[in-house]
Amino acid sequence: MSFTDPDRPSRQIGRALPRSASRRLAQGRGRFASDITLPRMVHAAFVRSPHAHAELGAIALDAARAMPGIVGVFDAAAIDPWCTPWVGTLTHLAGLKSAPQYPLARGRVRFHGEPVAMVLATSRAEAEDAAEQITVDYQPLPPVVDALAALAPDAVPIHPELGDNLAFERRIEAGDIAAAMAMADEIITLDFDFARHTGVTLEPRAVVADWNEGEQRLTVHAGTQVPHMLQDIYALHFGLAAHQVRVLAPDVGGSFGIKIHIYPDEMAAIAASRALRRPVRFVADRLESFIGDIHARGHQVRAQIGVTRAGDITFFDVDDLTGIGPYSAYPRTSAVEANQVINLIGGPYAVANYRARARVVFQTKAMMSQYRAVGHPIATTVTEALVDAAARRIGVDPVTLRRRNLIADDAYPCQSASGMRFEALSHHGCLEKLHAMMGYDALRAEQAALRARGVRRGIGIASFIEITNPGAAFYGVGGAHISAQEGATIRLDAAGHVVLQAGVTEQGQGTETILAQIAAEALGLAPEQVLVRLGDTDSTPYGGGTWASRGAGVGGEAAWQAAHALRGQLLTLAASLLQADPSRLDLRNGQITDDDGTARMALADLARIAHFRPDTLPPGIVPELAATRHHVPRDYPFAFTNGVQGSLVEIDTETGFITLLRHWVVEDCGTIINPLLVDEQIRGGVVQGLGAALFEACRYDAEGQMTNATMADYLVPMAAEMPDIEIGHVCTPTAETALGAKGAGEAGTAAAAAAVLNAVNDALAPDAALLTALPLTPARVLAALGVIG
Amino acid sequence: MKPITLTINGETIRATVPPRLHLADFLRDQCGLTGTHLGCEHGVCGACTIRLDGAIVRSCLVLAVQADDTIIETIEGVTDSGEARALQAAFAARNALQCGYCTPGMVITALDFLATAPDPCDRSAIRAHLSGNYCRCTGYEAIIDAIAMVGGQ
Repeated sequence: MSFTDPDRPSRQIGRALPRSASRRLAQGRGRFASDITLPRMVHAAFVRSPHAHAELGAIALDAARAMPGIVGVFDAAAIDPWCTPWVGTLTHLAGLKSAPQYPLARGRVRFHGEPVAMVLATSRAEAEDAAEQITVDYQPLPPVVDALAALAPDAVPIHPELGDNLAFERRIEAGDIAAAMAMADEIITLDFDFARHTGVTLEPRAVVADWNEGEQRLTVHAGTQVPHMLQDIYALHFGLAAHQVRVLAPDVGGSFGIKIHIYPDEMAAIAASRALRRPVRFVADRLESFIGDIHARGHQVRAQIGVTRAGDITFFDVDDLTGIGPYSAYPRTSAVEANQVINLIGGPYAVANYRARARVVFQTKAMMSQYRAVGHPIATTVTEALVDAAARRIGVDPVTLRRRNLIADDAYPCQSASGMRFEALSHHGCLEKLHAMMGYDALRAEQAALRARGVRRGIGIASFIEITNPGAAFYGVGGAHISAQEGATIRLDAAGHVVLQAGVTEQGQGTETILAQIAAEALGLAPEQVLVRLGDTDSTPYGGGTWASRGAGVGGEAAWQAAHALRGQLLTLAASLLQADPSRLDLRNGQITDDDGTARMALADLARIAHFRPDTLPPGIVPELAATRHHVPRDYPFAFTNGVQGSLVEIDTETGFITLLRHWVVEDCGTIINPLLVDEQIRGGVVQGLGAALFEACRYDAEGQMTNATMADYLVPMAAEMPDIEIGHVCTPTAETALGAKGAGEAGTAAAAAAVLNAVNDALAPDAALLTALPLTPARVLAALGVIG
Repeated sequence: MKPITLTINGETIRATVPPRLHLADFLRDQCGLTGTHLGCEHGVCGACTIRLDGAIVRSCLVLAVQADDTIIETIEGVTDSGEARALQAAFAARNALQCGYCTPGMVITALDFLATAPDPCDRSAIRAHLSGNYCRCTGYEAIIDAIAMVGGQ
């Protein structure tokens, strides 16, 4: 099956269709977890630690209990009987250690914002009023804020029983670094500093938990990407069988990886539903989001590149340090990002010599874990800034150096120095397409002309690789109960339409729409004749959900296989009625047709007969009207994709302001199921990456207090300063599946900051200024220019 | 508790509210108008944008008692009246929303732009007008396109 023929019958895959949910959402008819109200529902509010690190003394709850509207007040001692602790380690991350984490802090608090006590009341306002009446005796301990200081021999161990604050360390050594260093004519060393940032989902985290004592069942409506993962974890830690737990994911107001982790406040609220035997809603407010959501990035990297005068890159050498807060997150851990950083650095290039170390350390700040494009922006920025620095040093154009060193498009399959296996990538195809789209040579000429007039414009390029379609290698092999496989069930209704249920989930990417397109193509239906239902552990096939860009490539393939199986069943049934050879029949436009497209009977008639008049079928024919299929990638641990981004910036050397003039992306996600949705995934991802490049930082003071935990103080990209983004595609389908689809969700975020950093350094090269710290604030630009100290 | 009377989407509503209750919570929790969303509760993100006596306001920064004797229009109201039909169709066609959480506030703000802008297709003017509405999913370009499409109709 080729999806590239635009004239094939029943073409749905590849069409730029709007999303089925858009009209409803644009009319305000979304149903988010924070909208759900149940009879007898109470609201949770938390007392959170104002200290980064302290011994917990007495917690006085009685005054809160006396407040109006209060139905429950909990501290650790009260909640622990309802929920067992969890530890965020996985065995494939060898040596990773962490400590047990509880819903409410026991003995010590270890970050500003850690939940200490919980109040349940008939309104959130009453719960907050009562929470203010709770007094907690804290004996402050020294905060451990800086990641490097956390490793000092005299640093206070955050978990004394773990010995020290080093949670995880991994080294890679490939090729011959000493020889590569000797071979290099130039060795450039750069020190990078990447701020922490966070997802800032516009809908904060929200759960509505409903323990039904009569049914002995727990139902949780959760803004989440991963219903089945939550079902497993809730069953485990609340002492239930999995079938006693139902998790529903309604509309989710943004997630980006934030709503994929286990959070102590959510676990406490769910436990309270069981303890109180009534529904509990917890919706984080914005302050709770900033100090309680997973943070991301926060890396200090020392990195080297070696290059010959002829332009051959001889090695990469990196040392990455990242602080993850006091616990490794559960169940995905907080070691994956650093692990991914050193897996990905240098990945686009044919460079065999590579040395890397990643260290992951505990500190008394909010927890750090997976957020969109895990590790990719760090790896891409480090790699691409080094490549540009090497180009400047030897005096060649950055595009020229990339052309010389990117892995050749005909060199696949191959693997990177870090051991990443590539099935088929298209770095050169993407680079040449970008070069043309940008009008690169004209831009360089314009840049030179403007420079003569004192205008500082810069052009940045960043090639990247992206991990998508993960199999069990990501989590399952380490012992996590996170499904690598996806299932899809499709059934014919009595009117000749179909209902498709799948384990992948929707947070706005368009999962429902692409699954409908896939099933519609297989069955000769219109996409609106495919009703897609996701996000309910009671009714959908088991699956891992939507993350790591696996919705289309893994979930989509399961849907394709299920729809194809149903197609075969329907054609067999039709053939028995039509006395035809099923292999000579087709499904097109809602009709059973001959293979030349001549209509033989309506699918609606077949459905009617199968459901209501099976007595008229030939003897022995039993209509099978539903099919379930599963898919999991097995040939490769991940389906790598690739691409390249370009940025054009202008810098005001008096104010330090950076204006993003234009931005380009060329990427290769294999078969594109819906180009409209892919392009908007990429644009949205780019803008999240631009936020990291220019604005976003979780700022902490020396005491470990987050000092910008409001939307007014934590800057995210807004409409006025974002550029229009031009997107192009190269298409290299994966041969592992019938669809050939790979992921696209991380691509934008992976390289946007790298392209901007390279553009800024390109603009400032005549001033001998170089920036290696993100975000690229005006103050940093002015400091690099020597305007301010 | 204080009695208030106001017009919401054309209906007269009488209610008794605590003085500290903000209008967004009143609309969502007491009127069931959950199309108005809360993103920050301090007037920055724009998700709770509604119309009060014809002007767009952040309903998280207005107390319900301040809305006494006013005319309120929410996303449900501009949907039912058909006022937002073209814009909602353009948002859908252009995929100008992903999670959809910011969208009601975006639509209300965009209606205000289209009603007042000297040049409703001016992309930089659209961007400036939306500068108080955060979207974390789309990167804004499709939203600008959708508004300019309607502006050009």
